[in-house]
Amino acid sequence: MHDKTVTQLAAALKSGEFSSRELTSHFLQRIEQADGTLNSFITVTAEQALNQADVADQARAAGNAGALAGIPLALKDIFCTHGVKTTCGSKMLDNFIAPYDATVVEKLSAAGTISLGKTNMDEFAMGSSNENSYFGAVKNPWDLSAVPGGSSGGSAAAVAAGLVPAAMGTDTGGSIRQPAAFCGITGLKPTYGRVSRYGIIAYASSLDQAGPMARSAEDCAHLLNVIAGHDVRDSTSVARGVPDYTETLNAPLSGLKIGLPKEYFGDGLDPEVEKAVREAVKVYESLGATVREVSLPHTHYAIPAYYVIAPAEASSNLSRYDGVRFGHRCDAPADLIDLYTRSRAEGFGEEVKRRILIGTHTLSEGFFDAYYTKAQKVRRLIRQDFLDAFEDVDVLMGPASPTPAFDLGAKKDPVSMYLQDIYTIAVNLAGIPGISVPAGFAGGRPIGLQILGTHFAEAQLLNVAHQFQQATDWHLKRPAFAEENA
Amino acid sequence: MQWETVIGLEVHVQLATRSKIFSGASTAFGAEPNTQACAVDLGLPGVLPVLNEQAVAMAVQFGLAVHADIPEVSVFDRKNYFYPDLPKGYQTSQMYHPIVGAGEVEITLDDGTTKRIRIHHAHLEEDAGKSLHEDFHGMTGIDLNRAGTPLLEIVSEPDMRNAKEAAAYLKAIHSIVTYLGISDGNMAEGSMRCDVNVSVRPKGQEAFGTRAEIKNVNSFRFVERAIAFEVERQIELIEDGGKVVQETRLFDPERDETRSMRTKEEANDYRYFPCPDLLPVVLDQAYLEHLRSQLPELPADKRARFQAALGLSAYDANVLSASREMAEFFEEVHRVCGDAKQAANWVQGELSGALNRENLSITNSPVSARQLGELISRVLDDTINGKAAKEVFQALWNGQGESADEVIETKGLKQVTDSGAIEAMIDQVIAESPAQVAQYRDSEPEKRGKMIGYFVGQVMKASRGTANPQQVNGLLKEKLDALL
Repeated sequence: MHDKTVTQLAAALKSGEFSSRELTSHFLQRIEQADGTLNSFITVTAEQALNQADVADQARAAGNAGALAGIPLALKDIFCTHGVKTTCGSKMLDNFIAPYDATVVEKLSAAGTISLGKTNMDEFAMGSSNENSYFGAVKNPWDLSAVPGGSSGGSAAAVAAGLVPAAMGTDTGGSIRQPAAFCGITGLKPTYGRVSRYGIIAYASSLDQAGPMARSAEDCAHLLNVIAGHDVRDSTSVARGVPDYTETLNAPLSGLKIGLPKEYFGDGLDPEVEKAVREAVKVYESLGATVREVSLPHTHYAIPAYYVIAPAEASSNLSRYDGVRFGHRCDAPADLIDLYTRSRAEGFGEEVKRRILIGTHTLSEGFFDAYYTKAQKVRRLIRQDFLDAFEDVDVLMGPASPTPAFDLGAKKDPVSMYLQDIYTIAVNLAGIPGISVPAGFAGGRPIGLQILGTHFAEAQLLNVAHQFQQATDWHLKRPAFAEENA
Repeated sequence: MQWETVIGLEVHVQLATRSKIFSGASTAFGAEPNTQACAVDLGLPGVLPVLNEQAVAMAVQFGLAVHADIPEVSVFDRKNYFYPDLPKGYQTSQMYHPIVGAGEVEITLDDGTTKRIRIHHAHLEEDAGKSLHEDFHGMTGIDLNRAGTPLLEIVSEPDMRNAKEAAAYLKAIHSIVTYLGISDGNMAEGSMRCDVNVSVRPKGQEAFGTRAEIKNVNSFRFVERAIAFEVERQIELIEDGGKVVQETRLFDPERDETRSMRTKEEANDYRYFPCPDLLPVVLDQAYLEHLRSQLPELPADKRARFQAALGLSAYDANVLSASREMAEFFEEVHRVCGDAKQAANWVQGELSGALNRENLSITNSPVSARQLGELISRVLDDTINGKAAKEVFQALWNGQGESADEVIETKGLKQVTDSGAIEAMIDQVIAESPAQVAQYRDSEPEKRGKMIGYFVGQVMKASRGTANPQQVNGLLKEKLDALL
């Protein structure tokens, strides 16, 4: 059962091959066996999942089950879930139980899907390796000495190991696409505003975006159908119709114009990653696409601009964790300042503190224009680069990450860690959608091909990704760990 | 040295929206602590603000009322600081692009002259919660019912030159917002409060002196007193060779003084930046025109109309237009009785006196505008005389009757104009007062006019006040003179 995609599982549930309870039990059992090694879950909600499975089975028996009814999923622990602990990977929220569901969670349960639990993540989504979690690092199922990528590393690892058929992630600077690449799965970051942010614990509000992580582009299309759409509770969600993303998956690619940004193939790119990406592009040419080189001239400003804007917003978003109303509070505070400083010093991890300090500094009087205002100008230039490129080509392609998954503990210096997101970060600054699909291996570790489109081009990205997956089998490869731990 | 005072006000007006500025929680005053704070007001992880359209409309209406520029685009910013009653660690406000631009209001001074005070801008923001220091044994309780209540902060230019002007400006703002119905203006409940910026400079000097900001003054009277104290303090300080430091001060009404709260060096760095959770507010011309068409007649226009069309004095027009309730009451009285001067006299005289005695607002007046109008009509058509009218008013005030006519009927106060009946009463009074008649007869002719008052009083008494005094006067004179 765990080898099947969401699409296949839905068909099997429909035909009565097995019940949702059987399916759910199967995955719960796998989690119990394997997750001690992998550490991809923070919370497993077995009892609730089985209850939801029964409800789905009853709905199916009564003839009113939706397309995805009874499909088990996992949620990155950044999505608030009513009555279930939501930690955001932080000691600060180790005791936090939200009194509401995130809109994404609400929509998924309305569609009849089942939540198996909450997956591990870098604290407050800050990280590129999942080593910043209060609950410990997640291991990459392809190689237990490697990182799964961050910050949605728990979701990516759980899907890759066959502990769950699909999971939800969030992507602020690459946090869906990079772990998808490292773990050999498909991850889609939709256009900013396409999916509601309500109930998603904010890291950098103008960049955060939720999206699906699964085995195939087709599965991502099914899931995006459920979670996309305007939400009156999120003023930045866009009021725009949601197409059926599965309908256009098989559109032919002949005439597709692909752009290869030359800045994505420069220094620092692992030769094996480059080779895999260029091989993938050849597959597209064989499917009738044309390829040309394009330029995104402001690419090298993306990381500096991101590390001004994201920490600035984060420093403000994380002010609410002050020990007063919820979350971690220090013991016996002497006075108010002691309550604030000790609660925050104890509750936040090192990377979170680093970014709060950076953000507080760049927003300070006297520095605001030099950093924040300047970064916003750079952001507009980066966005314009993409819009200019999409005048000439339909999609852009390149690597999702300059290297395959690196070893746990390998990157000690924060800046070298930040550089991991060099190909993903500009996409968030521009607000455009991007998808990472498996496209090869280097030393047994997966490589991701990143495909970018203009605003609201999700249907096209899914079509382009799906056609690649019809022509190749990279997405069908499974890590040995998935079978050894069955 | 002659000193000149320079005053600027930041007035915080709580807007009368039903729900909060960024959440659906109720804004009603006086509920149990933390019963009107939803997840958004508590700043729980993951929640997002959604702007209340009613708050935007109210802010724009204020802008239109003070003839301000309304920019097409305004933006919400975050003002970051830590305080236990500030749930998110920032206050959502407008720093760089406020919703209302430059405007002006006219104030009326005691001598009847008017002065224009410029408004720098007005911006929307959310209120914080409240810290409760009592009943917690050395700890602090937090009530977040007020958190997220919409405020309009109206910032004036430093155009006021004394405490009276400042109070007049505050009253003008109060009057505008209550006319618009965008705030209840209740200062005791904190619906309106202000920060006062005060500095002094030698008369004739152009440059401003160093200012002190007095925080959270919440009554017209306190504004005057806080300024008076602060001006004296600053002048004494400078004259004694000292220097005013830029600082925030608190006014203590108990001791009638201002006290230092924090100096400029301790000031916060609020790290303002545009709130990424809210889109810029874009207002098109059609929307502005729609709101403009819904504006009520404002106090300045009313005042002008009361003088020009109704012939009221500047003083009367000013008093009667000061509050919307007062103006509406007066206009209803006038509509019913048709005589503006009489209506103005009654509303400002008998009615206001009675209201003041019992500490009632005009909206709670036991005598309705219709009742008072009808009462005046009965005076105007000679049904009752002035003395009876006061009795009718008192009866209506006490609830002894539904209308003036009913009271006149049941109390038999209808004016007696039948000359036969009056003559009979006069004859009886003359017959019963031989000594006074003799005195009248023996007086110098020019003194008789005064003496007639005794007889008038007796006749009025005999008629229980209902005889027409003019008639009584005329007939008495005839009859007494006939006895000479």
